[in-house]
Amino acid sequence: MSTATIESSAPTGHRLHPVALRIMHWINAVAIFIMIGSGWKIYNDDAIFGFHFPDAVVIGKWAQYGLQWHFFGMWIFVLNGLAYLSYGIASGRFRQKLFPISLGEILATVGDALRLRLSHDNLTHYNAVQKILYLGVMLIGVLIVISGLALWKPVQFSELADLFGDFQTIRLVHFLCMSAIVAFIVVHVSLALLVPKSLLAMVTGGPTVDEAKPRSTVASPIEATP
Amino acid sequence: MFRPTKPIDQSGLTEHRALVEAINRRGVLRGAVSLGALTMLTGCDVSENDSVQQALRTVSAWNDRVQEAIFRPHHLAPTYRASQVAKPPRFNAHFSIDEVKPIDGVSWQLELAGRIADKRSWTAQQLYQLPEQEIIIRHVCVEGWDYIGQWSGPNLRAFLERVGADLTAKYIYFICNDDFTESIDMATALHPQTILATKYAGDRLADPFGYPLRLRTSTKLGYKNAKWIKAIEVTNDYRETFWSKQGFNWFAGI
Repeated sequence: MSTATIESSAPTGHRLHPVALRIMHWINAVAIFIMIGSGWKIYNDDAIFGFHFPDAVVIGKWAQYGLQWHFFGMWIFVLNGLAYLSYGIASGRFRQKLFPISLGEILATVGDALRLRLSHDNLTHYNAVQKILYLGVMLIGVLIVISGLALWKPVQFSELADLFGDFQTIRLVHFLCMSAIVAFIVVHVSLALLVPKSLLAMVTGGPTVDEAKPRSTVASPIEATP
Repeated sequence: MFRPTKPIDQSGLTEHRALVEAINRRGVLRGAVSLGALTMLTGCDVSENDSVQQALRTVSAWNDRVQEAIFRPHHLAPTYRASQVAKPPRFNAHFSIDEVKPIDGVSWQLELAGRIADKRSWTAQQLYQLPEQEIIIRHVCVEGWDYIGQWSGPNLRAFLERVGADLTAKYIYFICNDDFTESIDMATALHPQTILATKYAGDRLADPFGYPLRLRTSTKLGYKNAKWIKAIEVTNDYRETFWSKQGFNWFAGI
């Protein structure tokens, strides 16, 4: 009994970002980089809107190279993404970190953000806006894969392609998903750079958290007191 | 900053010299058309690291096998109404429409080779006598654009059966004007929406679109649909084709 007490009071919980999650995060970063850069090259061959992506920011000097990169990166993005989603669901991480989201919390977070009062002291707790952004980008990630499948195989997967409408609509959906992901990355990377310890945590694992109390042991003295 | 490091590597030029010379031997370099192709080939070589290109082509070959595995031989592509058909179809080739070299349909003959019992060649008139199949299908270009086209001509499977082709062979290889080559897998050749098109929207094919004979299949990207066919070979040998040599995916299914 006494050993059990000692164990539970010692910091035996896992890291905020377990090593498997960190590996998947950075693999995903590389995959997204490849998919966006090569996707822009493919877009340039038949622009949907009145602009092209500059050569300096696309992957692949020629169209075929952009295509090769895209259909290589898709395997990394999809396989790693499936592993990440399975892990997040099976481990309970998504449930703990991203739910519940209440309307009151959203309004409060937005208010704090507008008054520049957002706190980043506790890395283990996501505010309502973070929850929505992380959930949202995951859903967009799923949609970009589904629309990508429909674009890649509009005949073999014609049932799927039909859900979107015509071929150009699928392209548009795929493009808009990319735009949303790019917008997410801009916010995500900016904030990570503004709060460097959050970036560091995705490398080293961050603070140790108690399994039983996912809201963290570090930042909340009231919970730590018996 | 978004581009992976790709040192300018002149050794790439030597690496593909044999290929470029092979093309030269076949006389492709004679036209301005092929000068464009040469620019592309050499351009490719100096722009990407060879080992990177090799790795990417290995993945592309793997993707060929994946596409073969998910191919549904009896699944029909959506078809459309005649009122949706684009007239004329959209031109696309590795040269501009002004550079199309029309084929003389009177002297033209379709040669047959490889695993085919009856290798007698066919004149255009003989082909026109065969039963016609019409398909109104979407053309999807690898570049991203598409249009609805109305194609008719002999069904490829029926034609292959008629000439006694070995339907268990792996590939159908097309040799076209100017030594352009393209090939498709047998499953695609036997798909019900794969035809040897001689007409567009009810009229004889116009020169830019492959007169007198071109391939039209509903299950491949546009560039696989060989135009100005001169010869058809049924074979078990995998050979790189005009576009696959340049790094475009060989299977190119949709």
